[in-house]
Amino acid sequence: MIGLVGRKLAEAALVALIVSVATFLLTTWTGDLAISIGGLGASREELDRLRVTHGLDRPLLVQYLDWAGRALTGDLGRSFFSQEDVAPLILSRLPVTATLAVCSIAVGVALAFPLGIAAALRQGSWVDTLAQSIAALSQAMPSFWSGLLLILLFGVTLQALPISGADDWSSFVMPSLALGWFVFPILLRLLRAGMVETLGADYIRTARAKGLSRRRIVLRHALRNAVLPVVSLAAVQFGQLLGGSVVVESVFALPGIGQLAWHAIQRADYPVVQAIVLFVALIFVAMNLVADLINGALDPRIRRP
Amino acid sequence: MSTAPVIVAQDAPPDGVWRRALRHKGFVVGAIVLLVFIVLGFGAPWLAPHDPYAQSLMRRLRPPAWAPNGSWTYPLGTDSFGRDYLSRLMHGARLALIVAFSAALLAGAIGTILGVVAGYMRGRVDRAISLLISTRLALPSLLVALAVLQVAGSGILVVVLVLGLTLWDRFAVVLRTAVLQIGRLDYVLAARASGASHARIMARELAPNILGHFLVVFSYEAGQAVLAATALSFLGLGIQPPEPTWGLMMAEGRNWLMVNPWLIAIAGFALMLLVLAMNLVGDALRDVLTPGERL
Repeated sequence: MIGLVGRKLAEAALVALIVSVATFLLTTWTGDLAISIGGLGASREELDRLRVTHGLDRPLLVQYLDWAGRALTGDLGRSFFSQEDVAPLILSRLPVTATLAVCSIAVGVALAFPLGIAAALRQGSWVDTLAQSIAALSQAMPSFWSGLLLILLFGVTLQALPISGADDWSSFVMPSLALGWFVFPILLRLLRAGMVETLGADYIRTARAKGLSRRRIVLRHALRNAVLPVVSLAAVQFGQLLGGSVVVESVFALPGIGQLAWHAIQRADYPVVQAIVLFVALIFVAMNLVADLINGALDPRIRRP
Repeated sequence: MSTAPVIVAQDAPPDGVWRRALRHKGFVVGAIVLLVFIVLGFGAPWLAPHDPYAQSLMRRLRPPAWAPNGSWTYPLGTDSFGRDYLSRLMHGARLALIVAFSAALLAGAIGTILGVVAGYMRGRVDRAISLLISTRLALPSLLVALAVLQVAGSGILVVVLVLGLTLWDRFAVVLRTAVLQIGRLDYVLAARASGASHARIMARELAPNILGHFLVVFSYEAGQAVLAATALSFLGLGIQPPEPTWGLMMAEGRNWLMVNPWLIAIAGFALMLLVLAMNLVGDALRDVLTPGERL
């Protein structure tokens, strides 16, 4: 296990390093920072002055090391526009997006578990077909469209839920339903496949031969093993939702990380964009590491190199 | 002279694949829907009832024909500029299909090369490419695409490039695994022993045997590309007005949600049908071409 932890940690650190280089290059290559600070009307002298004051005249490698070194100490730079420090800015928006991600996964799990278990227990029956059809349908619906349909139903027609902002829990209902609806099919497919596989395993036959009740076999023996990959997928999904909730946050005007990023992108506020991309990517790497370690801790076969 | 070769040819595998595909319900349904979209989209200049750009203040926000006050002159109604919605939807289908297939092709080219090289060369090369894949997965593709598009400007070519460069990971992952499984089989070793170069083996011996995997991933990723392109254009980046992309149509419909909800409903429904068809074809190809494997 210690070997696995070491290997995975080294791998994650390496990926984090490459991610930071990619993020840095992405924002440096896609535009002239001096122009985005000074505006298109800035004179040549003004631009040169801006380059010196922001350190943009230095070699790329020096700039990267400076940026990455500060990032390691938690200093992610300052917004070009508001002059605010980016790190506290991201942290102040994080609760909204994290709540949204957790609620969405909860919605996805709440849909995937009953349907997935029922489908696996009656493989090929109408329940199975129904579950898979619902999954296929939801996989083809972009979350911003389901979000707009929800607004149409609950916000406009029934007037039961707020359609924008994040004032209290009710603001999270529709966005979480929209995103959870999109997350659910992957969870369902994985859970169903895992259940089908474990239900066919020898130890299930043994449990059945011992005379255990069907309920006990399904819940204690089959589900417990099928649930592992689903848990680690949920962890990875959480990482993905942090960066993937931009459109839903825009539809519901939720003041989360996605909205912060989108506004920064529109104003070419590079330090903010850079910091958010790096932050989201690092969380994804961390969630992946967690998923790998969960799998390793629970499944001895993975521990071997 | 003998007629034997004819009999042999009857049992050739491609025949069997086609027959199995045509017996697969999902494939038939998905393929028909896809075909309808292709015909309506690419035939739009001749088939569409109206000019998709022609505006008129006299006929703004008409409801579809089946709703009260609708008329069959504008079967799906009109948008806030008075443009015929059906015509725009059909022209938009062409844009969606072009973006989907070109982006999936570009992503497929990148992902296939990386996956095949990694799976065949193994060792250090494989580790390096796997790191690249992990990096790509870690970077939030939508945010990156938005940031690049904001700077790189608009146009269909930019959208295809950005999507192609962000959607290749699944090709790489799946084809790497596929090649890992067949890369040391006898026929590959035999080709190596007879003096074939690595490049030749990858192109001539491995490529034809992973075509099935490629096609499966391609159908899924084409669907993903449609979804991503629509999300980007819904936010206002990429292809610009007055072009009738479905994303722009939905963004405009969002402003008239209370007045004419059909605008949002119809464009989204078309999008869902197209993606569903692509996923159905993907599922069916997986059953037919790569049975027993989890893709």
